[in-house]
Amino acid sequence: MERVPILKIGQTLFVSIQIDLQDETVIRLQEDLADELAATGAHGVIIDITAVEIVDSFIGRMLTTIGSISRLFDAETVLVGMRPAVAITLTELGLSLSGVRTALNAEKGLEILNGKS
Amino acid sequence: MDELPIRSGDDVVRVRQFVRNAAADNGLSLVDQTKLVTAASELARNTLVHGGGGVARVEVVKSANGRIGVKLDFTDEGPGISDIDLALTDGWTTGTGLGLGLSGTRRLVDEFELTSEPGAGTSVVVVKWSR
Repeated sequence: MERVPILKIGQTLFVSIQIDLQDETVIRLQEDLADELAATGAHGVIIDITAVEIVDSFIGRMLTTIGSISRLFDAETVLVGMRPAVAITLTELGLSLSGVRTALNAEKGLEILNGKS
Repeated sequence: MDELPIRSGDDVVRVRQFVRNAAADNGLSLVDQTKLVTAASELARNTLVHGGGGVARVEVVKSANGRIGVKLDFTDEGPGISDIDLALTDGWTTGTGLGLGLSGTRRLVDEFELTSEPGAGTSVVVVKWSR
């Protein structure tokens, strides 16, 4: 099973998903992120899904869960780079990803975390 | 027609990639490709998790008025579904998900047919037509 790397830049954890996600990979990412948040005390998580071609109900639920877990570690999660086709499909599927902030790209996501917006 | 096994999470990813290529090769728009691949992902997971594995069949079909479409058939020999109407309701769940799998999938495709009997497995056939 492939793993998604987590980078720490300043007070932010940065995750860029570049692979076709298996359910197990997403569950692993959730666990790895919780460990990293506990170990580093980071205050923000940016998840970049620019390369993600589909978000189905399982992956969507996991993204929401990651947002909830981060909050328990006093960190905010921003989902960035969603493709237009993915946004349309998610909405039609009935997923709103409530509780997760979104931004157009990683730069705008960082601005949110740094309190500039 | 192509037949793909669904026995593991790897197979689910392979089904998604295969459906993506079939949809792109047959003129579906990017949004329609994404909807069909997302539907395939939901149904392949159902086949794996609830049906104990099965097969996905992918076929290119032509309508009476000449439109090209991609037809997917997910079949398993699992425990089946006793109340199909309930299973297709938004929010109904076996406890592991959000309850959007089947009802949400139906919204993503043009045609949707679910056949199931308790003890006799489940088959879901969907079609997405090119515009």
